[in-house]
Amino acid sequence: MNKDLLLRVENLNKSFGGVKAVRSMNLDLFKGDILGIIGPNGSGKTTLLNLITGFITKDSGKVTFSSRDITHWPAHKIADAGLVRTFQIVRPYSSFATYKNLIPPLFSPRNRRTARGRLGDRDAVAIDILEEVGFERESAVIHKLAGTLPLGYLKRLELARCLAMNPELLCCDEVFSGLSMAEIASMVPLLERLRRNGITIIMVEHRLRELFKIANRLIVMNFGEKIADGIPHEVMKKDEVRKAYLGEESAL
Amino acid sequence: MGNEILKRKERLDRGVKVRTDTVYAVSSWQEIFFLLAPRLVLVVGLLSAPLIAPNLYWQKVICILGVFALLSLGFDFLSHFVGLVSLGGALFIGVGGYISGICNHYFDLPIALSIPMGTLLGAILCTLILLPTLPLRGVYFAIVTFVYPLMIERAICAADVLGGTDGITGLTMFGNIWFSQYIILGVVLFSTFGLRKLVNEDIGMVFRGVKDNDQAIRASGINITLYKALAVFISALMGCFGGAYLTHLYGWVGVSLLATDFSIFPLVATAVGGPSTLVGSLIGCIILVPISETLRAFGSLRIVMYSIILIFFIAYWREGLLNWLIRKYEQSEHWTRV
Repeated sequence: MNKDLLLRVENLNKSFGGVKAVRSMNLDLFKGDILGIIGPNGSGKTTLLNLITGFITKDSGKVTFSSRDITHWPAHKIADAGLVRTFQIVRPYSSFATYKNLIPPLFSPRNRRTARGRLGDRDAVAIDILEEVGFERESAVIHKLAGTLPLGYLKRLELARCLAMNPELLCCDEVFSGLSMAEIASMVPLLERLRRNGITIIMVEHRLRELFKIANRLIVMNFGEKIADGIPHEVMKKDEVRKAYLGEESAL
Repeated sequence: MGNEILKRKERLDRGVKVRTDTVYAVSSWQEIFFLLAPRLVLVVGLLSAPLIAPNLYWQKVICILGVFALLSLGFDFLSHFVGLVSLGGALFIGVGGYISGICNHYFDLPIALSIPMGTLLGAILCTLILLPTLPLRGVYFAIVTFVYPLMIERAICAADVLGGTDGITGLTMFGNIWFSQYIILGVVLFSTFGLRKLVNEDIGMVFRGVKDNDQAIRASGINITLYKALAVFISALMGCFGGAYLTHLYGWVGVSLLATDFSIFPLVATAVGGPSTLVGSLIGCIILVPISETLRAFGSLRIVMYSIILIFFIAYWREGLLNWLIRKYEQSEHWTRV
């Protein structure tokens, strides 16, 4: 591989009481990858994202991002470095107009350091970004309070909030869940476009069909452990993956 | 029912308020006046109050009203825009008042220096002592802001420092009642419009984001504690100025500046005037302070009155006066057949 290493996770562990949520996780991620993380419910996927992005503390292990040791950094500092995440349960600023939801990330120190923040009118930049993720510029939707929007829009708003951070690595926690097939179909090209624009993406996902369309690498987790790692279709052929993911009976 | 004609009240936004809650379209002088009128009424009303006040007693009431208004504005800002429920009125007044008094009494600083010192040093000190509670969510901030003034009061009395129970007397006074009134009214108006501007600026969206959704603020690479501290500092600036002002209004500083009234009153004023409007808390003070003064004969029973008003508004009229007024003002109502 001659690609640049972006994220390295070494021997990462996390327990909640007696439950080992993530154990001995090792992971290398290269620039331009779209990495899918799948696994049954409770297998530690979201916990892994929370650990990488600093939203929960690590028991042991080491995380390196862009050659910087970010293991003990607080969440806001990690986001500031360009490692940004969506939340599985959408977290809009409900009392803001939709486009105003992008003001905090556009106002963030990260953006103020770069050219984007100096563009002046953050409202206009916010509306541009919303258009990028599929909101209509001229519609009243972007002026409505975010708390009144349906889930499909809120998932897009989550993505927009991350894009407003001008991220290097984007962690998507189940952005497809709760969406209709049509909504998902329109989201896939968006993610591909982001990758072309140079953003590396980690996707925790249950919707395998759509995930396989865009991911070039797949990790399967079960009981907090990585049980497979490789090219999506090859990984899914593995016996232990089928057992973990589909149950003993379905493993043909 | 039966043959009765059913009617319902239809509410429509007036034309000036187009599309949404956030965009106004002004296209004529009438509409400019429509938007400007309420603001003018407030500014002109407040500035002419000293001229209308019948005697020195009511002119003093205007001064006190200003102090309570600053506290209430600070409370509304912290509680409803940043999500920090503050019972720190007494803390801010006390700290600002004592620092200003100390500067004036022990260091012989004139008012022009002791008030800015009390305001600035007081706000810094208050922010620093509240800093440990800022990373926490929940009621801790409210508890700590409430407990500090009680603690300081006991400490001053027990150690008999800073004048002990008698306080520090013989401080410089403003002397001129007109000056005292207009300086506080000026600061109140500046704070009201300044805060309103602040919460609608981009930085204001960060403050409001901390209340709405602090995890998303963290995920945006912004340090929540820093912004909470900044908000406390702004609120403390206003409160400590109020304290420093009171000190020189009376020419005296004592433990009564740490009284619980200063912490409770802003809650009541904001509930009455309308939470999350900023101006509402000012209107709440304009209503409550004069009532409270006329009932002065009842002494400590007044706190019972505050409590009853507070309970009534919280239980039956959460939106408060100003939110109701805004709705009436910005919408036209008429009956339509169903």
